[in-house]
Amino acid sequence: MADLRSNFVGIKSPNPFWLASAPPTDKAYNVVRAFEAGWGGVVWKTLGEDPPVVNVSGPRYSTLLTPDRRVMGFNNIELITDRPLAVNLAEIRQVKRDWPDRALVVSIMVPCNEESWRTILKQVEDTGADGVELNFGCPHGMSERGMGSAVGQVPEYIEMVTAWAKAHTRLPVIVKLTPNITDVRQPAQAAKRGGADAVSLINTINSVMGVDPRTLTMVPSTGGMGSHGGYCGPAVRPIALNMVAEIARSPETAGLPISGIGGVGSWRDALDFMALGSGTVQVCTAAMVHGFKIVQEMASGLSNYMDEMGFTSIDQIVGRAVPTVTDWRYLNLRHVSKAVIDADKCISCGRCHVVCEDTSHQAITAMKDGVRHFEVKEEECVGCNLCVSVCPVESCITMRDLAPGEIDARTGEAVLAEPLNWTQHPNNPMATPA
Amino acid sequence: MSQSASPDVRAARLPADAYAERFGDAVPPLTSAQAVIEAERCLYCYDAPCQQACPTGIDVPSFIRRISDGNLRGAAQAILEANPLGGMCARVCPTEELCEAVCVRQTQQGKAIEIGRLQRHAVDAVMAEGERPVFTRAAPTGQHVAVVGAGPAGLACAHTLARLGHEVTVYDANSKPGGLNEYGLATYKTAGDFAQREVDWVLSIGGITVETGYRLQEPGQLATLQQEHAAVFLGLGLAATRSLGLPGEGELAGVMDAVDFIAGLRQAASPAEVPVGRRVVVIGGGMTAVDAAVQARLLGAEVVTMVYRRGPEAMSASEVEQQWAKTQGVTIRHGLSPQALLGEAGHVTGVRFVGTDEPDRAEAFEADMVLKAIGQTFVSSPWADVGLAMSEGRLKVDEQCRTSLPGVWAGGDCRAGGRDLTVEAVEDGKQAALSIHAFLQSES
Repeated sequence: MADLRSNFVGIKSPNPFWLASAPPTDKAYNVVRAFEAGWGGVVWKTLGEDPPVVNVSGPRYSTLLTPDRRVMGFNNIELITDRPLAVNLAEIRQVKRDWPDRALVVSIMVPCNEESWRTILKQVEDTGADGVELNFGCPHGMSERGMGSAVGQVPEYIEMVTAWAKAHTRLPVIVKLTPNITDVRQPAQAAKRGGADAVSLINTINSVMGVDPRTLTMVPSTGGMGSHGGYCGPAVRPIALNMVAEIARSPETAGLPISGIGGVGSWRDALDFMALGSGTVQVCTAAMVHGFKIVQEMASGLSNYMDEMGFTSIDQIVGRAVPTVTDWRYLNLRHVSKAVIDADKCISCGRCHVVCEDTSHQAITAMKDGVRHFEVKEEECVGCNLCVSVCPVESCITMRDLAPGEIDARTGEAVLAEPLNWTQHPNNPMATPA
Repeated sequence: MSQSASPDVRAARLPADAYAERFGDAVPPLTSAQAVIEAERCLYCYDAPCQQACPTGIDVPSFIRRISDGNLRGAAQAILEANPLGGMCARVCPTEELCEAVCVRQTQQGKAIEIGRLQRHAVDAVMAEGERPVFTRAAPTGQHVAVVGAGPAGLACAHTLARLGHEVTVYDANSKPGGLNEYGLATYKTAGDFAQREVDWVLSIGGITVETGYRLQEPGQLATLQQEHAAVFLGLGLAATRSLGLPGEGELAGVMDAVDFIAGLRQAASPAEVPVGRRVVVIGGGMTAVDAAVQARLLGAEVVTMVYRRGPEAMSASEVEQQWAKTQGVTIRHGLSPQALLGEAGHVTGVRFVGTDEPDRAEAFEADMVLKAIGQTFVSSPWADVGLAMSEGRLKVDEQCRTSLPGVWAGGDCRAGGRDLTVEAVEDGKQAALSIHAFLQSES
């Protein structure tokens, strides 16, 4: 069993799986159940100033489902905690006392004045919590009041509030970023300038789930009216991974610890986030869909993977894939791949043929010698990977890299060993000679 | 063989409440949740093998996709467009030998998409809704077509012609339309009187008149039909049954055609009214033999033996059908040909068989009832004499179902060259209607 222990900006946890600040961490009852199930840490649902906010007493959640009702995406309009501050603080103190080995980070969101932050930071520090997370991400409701993503969308505010936090608490400060911006590196840099110990991302994405086909009103609705919510779950994971990778590989923020969030539901998902630079991962949707026990499957999978790969600590994984992420302009334009269909595995559904024929490069046959047969025409194949993507049979279609010297049947030219990227390419007027 | 006491043939062998379940759906309908999950397994194949395997060419990927999209009406439209009797075909098609045999999920997972059950799910939903018509008729053409035979071929032909704006009169010898769907199928294949509900749906398109009690048997009748209509379609089916050619066949009580037994069950107010022997021998190896044997068991027969002259691979009942018979307690014996009907006091007591390829092998089975299911034949007389060309004892037609007689089309079991499948009959009716339509348009 591999060692899954994590030390993230000084916050220790028995595994890197934390519950994100969200409904599952709203109170001691849930958090204790989470710890009993095996979660390494939690970020307590965001605290605000009294009087507490009021949530709608109607649909707060809605889902994007597959036809057999598996959850692909999840949307919510719940606000920060709607319980009195003192109740939350007392419960945090008790839970931390009862579960000293687990990470307990407290999410905070108060109005943009230093005194508000100073006051609540002292109160949180007093509970014995391990760290704070500044909620600059929440995209619904709170943002209309100048908090949450309204702060996260203005790098200057992020820097200012982060600096206040660092000035008024000795606890590690994690800044939670909103994805509802154009370039996530800007807010990340601002957090770093403000002195943040780490960033966490992504918070949820602005979203409307749909329309009721009978009433033609948006859903979910509260008595006939709806408001956009925050989108999360498996569907947002690729968006989150890109943002994590951008921060991890940007020279200005490289090395800034990251807690990765966004659609983590399995050890594979967690591995993606960690390899792209996340020291811990935070989970919400998977728990809200499957319950807290799901962490046991994640931990089991990660542990077995690490054993298989010979990794003995998660530090050996974190950031390992970051050097493989680059700008498009640096990709080797001389590299050539061709699709290969394994006729023995092919079940002859024809999906590869029709999508290639209709939407790509007409590079797959449908018939050979009068018989239904699917085969790659190398002289047409550009190696786009669409056929691999739609094939229902695992590893039936694979991509073969042409070796240097091999003739590319499409161009009739030999593959050159020396790489050539766009910055060097003769078709690029701005190219610098290779 | 030991001689039993008086023959034991009687109705109501079972408690009164046992029949409903026994004669309900053999294959239960899918629930909505099952249908959606099954539909999601479909890969929406290109140039789909299932569609190619369907004699009516139903666009299977489209209708299944529409089920998973929550568009059952659209799914039913796709089905009924290609096959107006898609509801019955969903129930009786040997899908394991047609669409499902070539499903790529069969190749991949050893488990084909349940196309037949999904098809039933979609069609049943639209028929149950029933309020809005699925299709609307084209403007009236003023042309009138005669369809003889209200079985699958005739109904499909009539429906297609009616959609195209023609007026159709369907003539049938029986008192109810439906043909084999109404008289020739096991009750558990069309539970809940589905055959008549489907006929009602077919007729609801409008423009179709049904005349029952009309039996076409004289050349003069055909001449009259031709005079009174712009075209004639013959969906005559197979009206005769083969006989064993054994002494006592027409005399011994308890010996009957399986088709009559099946029809009697279908037309009975309750299966409890239908007499069945304690020991039943069914002679034959087709679908009719299976339907008769299984239903004899369901009626409470203690011993049902189905005897076929060749091996299992030669049976025209599909493997699934054979398996179904066995799970229902039917014993299937192979390689035996009937040699003599045994009787006593005017009633059958058993059948003696001889090995088909082993003259020295002899076996006898005691029976209170013997059901003959050795095939049905086309009554070709007098049609060969009035200029209708024949082939293999059935009507010879071209690819458009045109007979050798101008203005006369034919399809279904009565035409040569088919596999005697309901779904083929439907396709014949449809193709004939399209051919008739083209002919009538070129006329006008």
